[in-house]
Amino acid sequence: MTDPSSTAAPALTRDDVAHLAHLARLELTDTELDLYLDQLTVILDSVAAVTEVAAADIVPTTHAVPLTNVSRADVLRPGLSRDAALAGAPAAEDGQFRVPQILGEEQ
Amino acid sequence: MSSATPTLADYDHAIETFDPVLGLEVHVELGTATKMFCGCSTAFGAPPNTQVCPVCLALPGAMPVVNATAVEYAVRIGLALHCSIASWCRFARKNYFYPDMPKNFQTSQYDEPIAVNGYLDVQVDGETVRVEIERAHMEEDTGKSTHVGGLTGRIHGAEYSLLDYNRAGVPLVEIVTKPITGTKASAPAVARAYVAALRDLLLSLEVSDVRMDQGSLRCDANVSLTPAGNPVFGTRTETKNVNSLRSVERAVRHEICRQAAVLEAGGRIVQETRHFDESTGTTSPGRSKETAEDYRYFPEPDLVPLAPAPEWVEGIRASLPELPWLRRARLQQEWGLSDLEMRDLVAADAVGLVEATVDAGAPADQARSWWSAYLGQQANSRGVSLAELPITPQQVARVVALVAAGTLSAKLARQVVDGVLAGEGDPDEVVAARGLAVVSDDSALQQAVDQALAAAPDVADRIRSGRVQAVGAVVGAVMKATRGQADAARVRELVFSTLGVQA
Amino acid sequence: MTAAGATPDLPADLTRASAADLAAGIAGGTVSAVEVAQAHLDRIAAVDPGDRGVHAFLHVSGDLALEQAAAVDAARAAGRTAASPLAGVPLALKDIVVQQGAPATAGSRILEGWMPPYDATVTTRLLEAGVVILGKTNLDEFAMGSSTENSAYGPSRNPWDLDRIPGGSGGGSAAALAAFEAPLAIGTDTGGSIRQPAAVTGTVGAKPTYGGVSRYGVIALASSLDQVGPCARTVLDTALLHEVIAGHDPRDSTSIPEPVPSVVDAVHRGRADGVAGMRIGVVRELGGEGYQPGVLDSFRAAVAALEAAGAEIVEVSCPHFRYGLAAYYLILPSECSSNLARFDAMRYGLRVEPAAGQPVSAETVMSATRGAGFGAEVKRRIILGTYALSAGYYDAYYGSAQKVRTLIKGDFDQAFGAAGGGAGCDVLVSPASPVTAFRLGEKVDDPLAMYLNDLATIPGSLAGIPAMSVPSGLAADTGLPVGLQIMAPALGEAAMYRVASAFETLYVAEHGSTVPLSVPELVVNP
Repeated sequence: MTDPSSTAAPALTRDDVAHLAHLARLELTDTELDLYLDQLTVILDSVAAVTEVAAADIVPTTHAVPLTNVSRADVLRPGLSRDAALAGAPAAEDGQFRVPQILGEEQ
Repeated sequence: MSSATPTLADYDHAIETFDPVLGLEVHVELGTATKMFCGCSTAFGAPPNTQVCPVCLALPGAMPVVNATAVEYAVRIGLALHCSIASWCRFARKNYFYPDMPKNFQTSQYDEPIAVNGYLDVQVDGETVRVEIERAHMEEDTGKSTHVGGLTGRIHGAEYSLLDYNRAGVPLVEIVTKPITGTKASAPAVARAYVAALRDLLLSLEVSDVRMDQGSLRCDANVSLTPAGNPVFGTRTETKNVNSLRSVERAVRHEICRQAAVLEAGGRIVQETRHFDESTGTTSPGRSKETAEDYRYFPEPDLVPLAPAPEWVEGIRASLPELPWLRRARLQQEWGLSDLEMRDLVAADAVGLVEATVDAGAPADQARSWWSAYLGQQANSRGVSLAELPITPQQVARVVALVAAGTLSAKLARQVVDGVLAGEGDPDEVVAARGLAVVSDDSALQQAVDQALAAAPDVADRIRSGRVQAVGAVVGAVMKATRGQADAARVRELVFSTLGVQA
Repeated sequence: MTAAGATPDLPADLTRASAADLAAGIAGGTVSAVEVAQAHLDRIAAVDPGDRGVHAFLHVSGDLALEQAAAVDAARAAGRTAASPLAGVPLALKDIVVQQGAPATAGSRILEGWMPPYDATVTTRLLEAGVVILGKTNLDEFAMGSSTENSAYGPSRNPWDLDRIPGGSGGGSAAALAAFEAPLAIGTDTGGSIRQPAAVTGTVGAKPTYGGVSRYGVIALASSLDQVGPCARTVLDTALLHEVIAGHDPRDSTSIPEPVPSVVDAVHRGRADGVAGMRIGVVRELGGEGYQPGVLDSFRAAVAALEAAGAEIVEVSCPHFRYGLAAYYLILPSECSSNLARFDAMRYGLRVEPAAGQPVSAETVMSATRGAGFGAEVKRRIILGTYALSAGYYDAYYGSAQKVRTLIKGDFDQAFGAAGGGAGCDVLVSPASPVTAFRLGEKVDDPLAMYLNDLATIPGSLAGIPAMSVPSGLAADTGLPVGLQIMAPALGEAAMYRVASAFETLYVAEHGSTVPLSVPELVVNP
């Protein structure tokens, strides 16, 4: 962790919001972009308070009650029938989920 | 295709001008019974979406639980690669949207892998090359999509896609090398030898079936070129999913030639993923990686940290099998084989079969000879691997024993093996059913010798007069009379003793 | 209240009875589970219509509920012992917990019509206990909100005043209790979604220790904070439900393996022994600015009553609580941006085609669906979380927020612990909500003002400790209910319930009845 003040983010721009919306696969209208830009700027300004006290030597807490090594035996369990798996699908064909053409690439 | 497609540089010229740097990422699907985070089967080839549950379909509310055996396998792999095993590590979420991935994040390990800093020594043209391992970490596989309409099988031009999530959540270990430098002209061979050695290792560890053809072992090859002697690495490309040993070698070689041509023409290498085409042996561009993806990694809050106990890790270390190359060196010495003979056995996947045949009592040279010669031909003509032949090492050892006891001649032994391969039962059953035992009763043989000599008195005279090579005609007659079931050497001895000739 | 085993006198209107009394009545044969279920279904039909009523329910499972009730009656007729101390009692299930046979929406358009093919562990435990699930209750979309106004299906209304919010996100569950539509309800609490609705509806709601109740089958908002909990009109009913749903679940890796604290015993102890000898800390930072005077007055009166009953009251300071809200509004959006990625139109739920002229691909359909299927607050938090997790800002935002959690845990440790100058408190108390129920629409356009409703509940969520709200009375300035928040150390539910039970007993002794029974008659225009 570097000095928090040096990592404090620069002001959010409309393009930033559009980029974040794309990363999150959210189609937003122009009105929404403007609204979120304003609101997020206010919210970010307020939540940046956390950097004031987050000193480098503090261990982050991810779980309230610390547990380790929780696992299960490698034993088969019945899953869903194919019909049940596909029952909620917007479209299905030949026992598979039918989706619009995939343009991107696997990562 | 771009009109400015660069030609490929000559390989030797490319290697003179540039130093290749390799980085290999191998994904191995673990051979656990169930998936990484749920109890669904990992079996290959089931009808689509029949091995799925709320967890691996990412239904709302479902939660992951780590497969203990997958963790154990990952530790086995790490230890066999001489890695340090983390005393504390976590899973993280790698966030990106892709329809093959139901949660739209992959549960993986990011900055806290379970195994780091190891190596694997591989043999290339008699030299040992040490490939350093950066990390081995656990993650989960994606589902599979089939593209329908448009150009067959290609994503682009498809009208829609069908998704099968049977593979989604199958446990993977990703093994990443450090940059492999200094290999010069042998870079493609090193890449191949590394993947081959890794495959052998994983097989001996019994953590995966390592079927490259079924995708349970997949290799991504990073290649960059740097002007000869320059310590700064060039821009790399990542050729994805190179799915046979031969393809690994070809893809690396092709990238070296392609990149050299681009660089020599004054161009620059674009950081991108590329796809290898098995049919042409070439790579073609995929997604550009010029702008870094933002995967927004963060520790997976639905899982708790792993803290492998040192005693547990040491227990696994103690249970590791003999590493395949050490085992091979030992067997080669025990069996007294040359490097070439051993390499042939390895190439034919016959080492284990020979070893089992020796364990069943056969002398090593006999066992090796059977598997590499006669049975090798049989496998070839049937188009199957040696292991797939319907004969066991124990059955081969029994045939060897019958020959040693004089019960079978070499020729009869092959007939017995044919019988076993034809499903007629064990060697002894075939011998009995086909009446193949060597005629070893001297009185019966003596009678046949006497008859043959009587039928050819002129030949008998020639032998008596010292022209011992004439014995062949008598032996041939005896063999014919006994329908080949006599031991030819014994017949020869009987002929000489009958005629009072010193052979 | 009745001693265990004895058959209570049930009120003519069964919906006014406590869960404990209903269970005893059913077990004793005074009333059948089907009659009880039908009475509640009738009440729902009378007061819940969405256009003018409470609108606590998004879905009423009438047939399923009557079937479950009939099974309880049949088991009793066959001479079998009751499946649990709540067998046959109806319950309202927050529509973020999946139940086969009932749609699950999480209050979102994106899941409209989805029928889950599996049961949450909580659902399984309820059904195995013979609890009768009446239906699914309204909530802010994916539990993001403090008023239910973010529900895609319209807000619920507070039975104390139908023009006011019932709190959120679990406003539907709380309203169902306050309107006598169900004696029991399940809530989920990420930053206060059980406690704040309980406070503003005058009901009881408990958030157990993180990991105390399985989250398997509970649609995730923020995985490191989410916790399922019991809600009811009395402390005893809440404790009875707590024991039914709590306990280790191998399907939830964060589930605590320790045995469930015996909270029902703690309730009886609170009634019998009160709070004498207990050390109760008043958190200096949870009061003052931002808190409504009527709320603070009611809180002070509650503390005075506890002190008069023999508790030792100490003031404690938790200096890092002031960073709690900021940390919470980084952690929650970060985790939810990832948890909600699965709603992508590929496997289930809504699918929206891109606008005419745009290419149709998996990617454009995902974006169009998520753009149309999520409401404003959800989108706002997804974008905020996406930003907070971005490569350049992870350390400054998510990383720092997790460090604030450590500091807040440290404050609690100091308050609860005796060693090292610790205050040695058995429990800490504060108002559960800084204000009483506000008017529908009042804060809907100001996200930050809305977030302030969680001021008092968030520290406990960040630390993962158990906390509950029990009614402390009515605010003098608004005449609306106020909630007393009681917080205990991790796994310290027994102390929390003991204090809650003791306080409820003191309140009834002084006022003649519990707060929920003093709600004005609900008038729903036909």
